[in-house]
Amino acid sequence: MIRPDKSLLYYPRMPATWWLRKWSYFLFIVREFSSLFIAAYLVLFLVQLYQLGNGAAAYSTFTNSLKSPGWIVFHAVVLVFAVYHSVTWFYTTSIVIPLRIGGKEIPRAAFTAINIAAWIAVSAVVFGLYLLQ
Amino acid sequence: MPEPTITLNVSRYRPPDERVPTSQVYTIPYRPDWVVLDALNYIKDQVDGSLSFRWSCRMGVCGSCGMMINGEAKLTCSVFLRDYHPREILVEPLENFPVIKDLVIDMSDFLDKLKIVKPWIIRETEKPTSEGEYLQTPEEMDAYMGFSACINCLLCYAACPIFGVETDFIGPAALALGYRYNQDSRDEGSNMRWNVINDHHGTWQCTFVGECSVVCPKDVDPAAAIQRLKVDTAKHWIRSVLLPWGKRA
Amino acid sequence: MMGEALPNKKSIEPLWWGLFSAGGVVAAFLVPIHIVLLGLAVPLGWISDAPDIFGHWFVKVYLFVFIAMPLYHWAHRFYFTLSDIGLKSFRKPISFLTYGGAMMGTVITAWILLRL
Ligand code: SF4
Ligand code: FES
Repeated sequence: MIRPDKSLLYYPRMPATWWLRKWSYFLFIVREFSSLFIAAYLVLFLVQLYQLGNGAAAYSTFTNSLKSPGWIVFHAVVLVFAVYHSVTWFYTTSIVIPLRIGGKEIPRAAFTAINIAAWIAVSAVVFGLYLLQ
Repeated sequence: MPEPTITLNVSRYRPPDERVPTSQVYTIPYRPDWVVLDALNYIKDQVDGSLSFRWSCRMGVCGSCGMMINGEAKLTCSVFLRDYHPREILVEPLENFPVIKDLVIDMSDFLDKLKIVKPWIIRETEKPTSEGEYLQTPEEMDAYMGFSACINCLLCYAACPIFGVETDFIGPAALALGYRYNQDSRDEGSNMRWNVINDHHGTWQCTFVGECSVVCPKDVDPAAAIQRLKVDTAKHWIRSVLLPWGKRA
Repeated sequence: MMGEALPNKKSIEPLWWGLFSAGGVVAAFLVPIHIVLLGLAVPLGWISDAPDIFGHWFVKVYLFVFIAMPLYHWAHRFYFTLSDIGLKSFRKPISFLTYGGAMMGTVITAWILLRL
């Protein structure tokens, strides 16, 4: 193989802000950062469990503070990211582990829809169990 | 009525005199049935013979005419001027690759990567021709067919920001070809590809942006191939941890 | 460049990826409903709080998986995202913070759940 003279090549540089150049790149970064919001939510939930371990008084102080507008907004924002994670995760799953029915790969959109239906069912079960406890 | 025209803003790079790319604007007759490559050839033949670019087949088969058209990785023989007219068209060399001259990029690094994934059928022992060909069922063919259409046009590399950040990444087309041969029922070489595929610069570098599959003109779907390689590699890894005494070819 | 002779059997990236994937599944299926229930519905008074439910050992096992797995999901994604957006040269410290953070989070989660 003939290789060009390296000293004459122009090496382009990828700016760190590449993800602002294209809508699809931006959505990718949003998808990746959804994990940060989810983790932040889980840490907050851990604090709630920790306060529960500290006794009823500590727990109700904590849960009362969750009623403040700030925490409501926090949860609403995290919910948006979490739902975005779920939907993108189900779609990517349909690509990574294609579902075969009768030896044929079913369309990705169909598999995604099945996953979303399962997700809604699981959510309903968690919701129901929590209400019944 | 004056003849309609179209403007192409073309990236130029002329070492050793110029060490950074510049751009040059050409206004040429507009023909709705021309592809961008036709316009470039018109410029080369009629306007400025010094413009350099690669092309060969003019029909989306050879994979040599890939460039960035208005920032998108495209085969210039497959995009029409009418898709852009009357706007001007920005023509740049494929992103993420070193530029040799004007619109010509250096693909030698890709050719090295292609070689190390061993994109050919590997047999432990070849069967003699007297025993006939290696037969496959339609299902066995389906398992790799879609991934075998690659024309090495490198549009997927130009679209991959991860490759842009880390050019050691083996990248979409080469990994997809590794997957294609791993999937082939005639192949027995997947163990010889694991080291490359399981490398940090192999599949694990990929974070599934997915743009490679969007731009691929042959619907190879390298993103799917890489993710499935991850699954295979993880399974292989679990086996090697749980069964260290197991058969290791 | 990676050579052919590079032995990679010892690479533990498949392990991190496996944990990342498992965490992604857990997060995708369970996190939204948890936020709706405990982050919005209870604080807004739509339904009443039921902290007793967290005392069951079965629920504790569930919560352990629910919290710990997505931490690895975060660790893996965040580690790669930070190097993708230009912090490649800090890969080592970032990997300690992310994967290390997830492992510490796992221990802390177990401890918090056990003292309930
Ligand atoms: S995978 Fe597709 S985009 Fe990439 S080199 Fe092959 S044909 Fe071109
Ligand atoms: S010239 Fe061959 S693919 Fe475009």
